Amino acid sequence: MGWAIALHGGAGDIPLSLPLESRQPREEALRRCLQIGVEALKAKKPSLDVVELVVRELENIPQFNAGKGSVLTNKGTVEMEASIMDGSTKNCGAVSGLKTVVNAVSLARLVMEKTPHVYLAFDGAEEFAKEQGIETADSSHFITAENVERLKQANEAHRVQLDYTQPLQNGSKEERPNANGDVQLGTVGCVSVDSYGNLAAATSTGGLVNKRVGRIGDSPIIGAGTYASELCAVSCTGKGEAILCATVARDVAAMMEFKGVPLEEAASYVIHECMPKGTAGLVAVSAAGEVAMPYNTTGMFRACATEDGYSEVAI
Amino acid sequence: MGWAIAVHGGAGDISRSLPHERRQPREEALRHCLQIGIKALQSNLSPLDVVELVVRELENIPHFNAGRGSVLTSKGTVEMEASIMDGNTMRCGAVSGLTTVLNAVSLARLVMEKTPHIYLAFDGAEQFAREQGVEIVDSSHFITPENVERLKLAKEANRVQIDYNAQPIQNDTKKEAPCANGDSQIGTVGCVAVDCHGNLASATSTGGLVNKMAGRIGDTPVIGAGTYANELCAVSATGKGESIIRGTVARDVAALMEFKGLSLKEAADCVVHERTPKGTVGLIAVSAAGEVAMPFNTTGMFRGCATEDGHLEVAIWSDAEI
Repeated sequence: MGWAIALHGGAGDIPLSLPLESRQPREEALRRCLQIGVEALKAKKPSLDVVELVVRELENIPQFNAGKGSVLTNKGTVEMEASIMDGSTKNCGAVSGLKTVVNAVSLARLVMEKTPHVYLAFDGAEEFAKEQGIETADSSHFITAENVERLKQANEAHRVQLDYTQPLQNGSKEERPNANGDVQLGTVGCVSVDSYGNLAAATSTGGLVNKRVGRIGDSPIIGAGTYASELCAVSCTGKGEAILCATVARDVAAMMEFKGVPLEEAASYVIHECMPKGTAGLVAVSAAGEVAMPYNTTGMFRACATEDGYSEVAI
Repeated sequence: MGWAIAVHGGAGDISRSLPHERRQPREEALRHCLQIGIKALQSNLSPLDVVELVVRELENIPHFNAGRGSVLTSKGTVEMEASIMDGNTMRCGAVSGLTTVLNAVSLARLVMEKTPHIYLAFDGAEQFAREQGVEIVDSSHFITPENVERLKLAKEANRVQIDYNAQPIQNDTKKEAPCANGDSQIGTVGCVAVDCHGNLASATSTGGLVNKMAGRIGDTPVIGAGTYANELCAVSATGKGESIIRGTVARDVAALMEFKGLSLKEAADCVVHERTPKGTVGLIAVSAAGEVAMPFNTTGMFRGCATEDGHLEVAIWSDAEI
């Protein structure tokens, strides 16, 4: 038993030759966010607060595809989305199409707690944000030079890419796109179980590079990118469309609930047997304090820690 | 085996004293849409084509909360949404926040077939509709006096209602008892079908909740909540969107069959009667084997179904009472 936490900064075709200057800041960021989560859990904060806190941190870090650092739509704009779920009550909140809200995950939580609804999007969500007085910034705040470059390349390649390994600067940094031509990328997410056994999950993203304006992925969809029950909490990353059809997050929990399978097995099965290779990764924790972080992509930026002192940061 | 089809026009607190002039047009509409679906199946159209066809019909009928006849947001506008899923390929499409698209379900299908995406919403979806040349009309086309009245009542009662029955309370005798949480329940429209080869498909469409906040998305366009289809079954849910999302209703029916080996009926009953709060949900489902299930935990659900062996049924409440 005991608390446990896991977080991710995106799964994708992350080349093993990822240059140090791209690796290091991300690993450090993961380590820092992990610490924040661990401290919160040690201070007996409930899971719901912990996952929100950690995802806010991840959103603020420009190296990850969420909040600041979100990838751009085909019009060069940002449209951010997120969702959060409380395993004990199954209460959940989600938002899509945000342009000015600094922390999408917090707005999602407000939808859950301050409205009779679960999911608000686009203009309606932005309006709600104003009513709630949540922190907003001009859209330019979220846009990074790297992402402007990514969009340019995607346009040149005529494809929609799940961001990642940075703007091809010269031939040696060129990563091989995977089989379907997409350069895989990510989102951010966090799952935790607190000392009381309460589970929660949260996921946040800017989406796909060069996505159509109005495109919604798996991150704000309860059951696809995010899910939490009394048995486990799951946050996914990868190719949104694949995760949506396969209701990945829900399936992990459903296998545990309906088939009695343990966390590791359920998570592994869904990722390795049900998803096309190169499309998905997830982080999950169980009520018993176990952690699973399977992925079928080249890599997944991730970190986890459990009360017994174990901790890990990896790609 | 054999083909099977089921349709719904919404689950909710449908009063048994629903006046004849409100019952009849809906029952006839269900019968009409069911017939269209049956003929399509008999002509060997794919279930994907069948569910789209039937839901288009339902969207065009002003008595149901989808397309024309959609309930209104707190701003008095329409924001329509829909989703469609093909059980064979697990491909799906969804749209939200439509204001001028005549048939949301068809736009959802186009998202699935003509874009690398699954789900488009609001301005982006409207723009896509124009690129595709689907039929669009002025928003006013979708707005009915009944729904303008419903919105007015909801505002007065200061609550969000899943429309339905207390149509515009004209006099006390028509007043329906709101359910426990004060909401007057209503619906969406949906269709599920399986052909004689076991191919399955599902589609759902709605205007959402009366007096909903602008930008509110319900279960209808959420794959796994309001709509789901795989190789085992096809499901379309209706009722209180928020509860259906929380309960991942449509996916759970299929998951119970897949992971627990339950039959369609057992799985559907379990989700509706044991796993979702009373008064919040109804669903229609068909299995690859041609079975049909239409459970609901609300007072009633406008529904109909038919199977190749000649069974046909249109109903509102439970028991044989129609």
